[in-house]
Amino acid sequence: MIMNRSAMNKPTQLAPTPAQTVGPFFGYALPYAKDRELLAPGSPGSVRLQGTVYDGAGHPIPDAILEIWQADADGNVPHHTGSLVRDGYTFTGFGRTAVGNTGTFTFTTVNPGPTEAGAAPFIAVAVFARGLMNRLFTRVYLPEDEAALARDRLLSSLDPDRRRSLIARRDPDGGLSWDIRLQGEGETVFLDFSDAEGPST
Amino acid sequence: MPEEINLEIFNADTITEDLANETTEAAPKTYAPLDAAAESQAELSAEMKAIGEAYARALKGGAPAEIQPRLDYAPYRSSVLRHPTKSLHHADPETIELYSPAFGHMDVHALESDLTIAHNGEPLGERIVVSGRVLDGDGRPVAGQLVEIWQANSAGRYIHKRDQHPAPIDPNFTGVGRCITGPDGTYRFTTIKPGAYPWKNHLNAWRPAHIHFSLFGSEFTQRIITQMYFPGDQLFPLDPIYQSIVDQDARDRLVATYNHEQTKPEWAMAYNWDIVLTGSKRTWTENEALGAEGDDHE
Repeated sequence: MIMNRSAMNKPTQLAPTPAQTVGPFFGYALPYAKDRELLAPGSPGSVRLQGTVYDGAGHPIPDAILEIWQADADGNVPHHTGSLVRDGYTFTGFGRTAVGNTGTFTFTTVNPGPTEAGAAPFIAVAVFARGLMNRLFTRVYLPEDEAALARDRLLSSLDPDRRRSLIARRDPDGGLSWDIRLQGEGETVFLDFSDAEGPST
Repeated sequence: MPEEINLEIFNADTITEDLANETTEAAPKTYAPLDAAAESQAELSAEMKAIGEAYARALKGGAPAEIQPRLDYAPYRSSVLRHPTKSLHHADPETIELYSPAFGHMDVHALESDLTIAHNGEPLGERIVVSGRVLDGDGRPVAGQLVEIWQANSAGRYIHKRDQHPAPIDPNFTGVGRCITGPDGTYRFTTIKPGAYPWKNHLNAWRPAHIHFSLFGSEFTQRIITQMYFPGDQLFPLDPIYQSIVDQDARDRLVATYNHEQTKPEWAMAYNWDIVLTGSKRTWTENEALGAEGDDHE
């Protein structure tokens, strides 16, 4: 492949390979044993992250698959392998789950800690579905630290009504509830991480 | 839950007025047999052509080339209710997003890269070797990272309960593979060339033969799932999923190259396909740049 150097001494970006939809038939390929259990359900410190994925008509989507990636309870970024073959003790920070027939999902994980002092803890999320041509990135924030949420760069750049779509509700049992709406009323805020001058999505 | 593919076509018809030529009546539709309700390839092709021509005009007018598929691409009917209508919100990746989950040989057995040996017998079809490199947008190899693939068998049938295509299941072929990229970002799978298969986007809709690829980069922002196609497929102009990438140069990046030099005599045809992820945002350490991260044991 040819790579040119610009005058700024920054490598010219290679054109990225385009995405395609995950399609309907990932169910025998991407899920794996304990994919949604970042730690064992019921173990100390474990919390449930649950919700439903909806389409633009408000109907649950039965063929989406989600991934989460997060810091551990102390705010450290995990560097351990072993997400696909979990040993039951190592927190790898990565989880995956296909939604059920009614669009619902459940992860067992920990409340991520703040990755920097005063930062609002969040879980990074990637959404894939039949009918969705490229993955969508979003975040789910823990609801508690309101001062940190108010300071957060992403949240404070959003309209208040859209900001809500990124903040989980705390359930009475300590779990987190958070729905994903691909389109329409209450549409989840999805993120574009490309450079400002670069192409979108 | 009713058969969900029918449900989607029902939804699409009622929500998007501009999709159907017929006037949409207020009376609720029933789940008619698909073939009765389905649009023709000619109708779909005309829609795709119009979008392509509008894109060509925009390019001429100085619009930037589109390098990713359109999320809002109505000819792919299932996208109608599943694409965000608000613009994606530009954000700078922070902390966790600047790193990627780590995978290694603890996660993936070396034999998982050969899809032809998962059962007792040889699968039917054309044996092929698909290999290439995973690079980031700066040309750096993505080393020690997970690549997952899945595909139909040689008859165009997936091992999936929702695949109703009456083509034979091959008891010796599941169609799932994984590997960890080498220090230079290489991946390599031995498999069977998948067949084309019909789907219900419209009447007589057939997907070009493809292999699904799932890739991780060095940062979560580089995560991508895509499909690799085979050169010269006659179905490319007819397929709304392939055509959802409106730029021909971008589409071409999904098509593998046949490599006769690497083809093994009396054994397997070779295809090459390199994958480029988006650029990385993090400042790399020397070890990472050399590919030392991502595996506990190498």
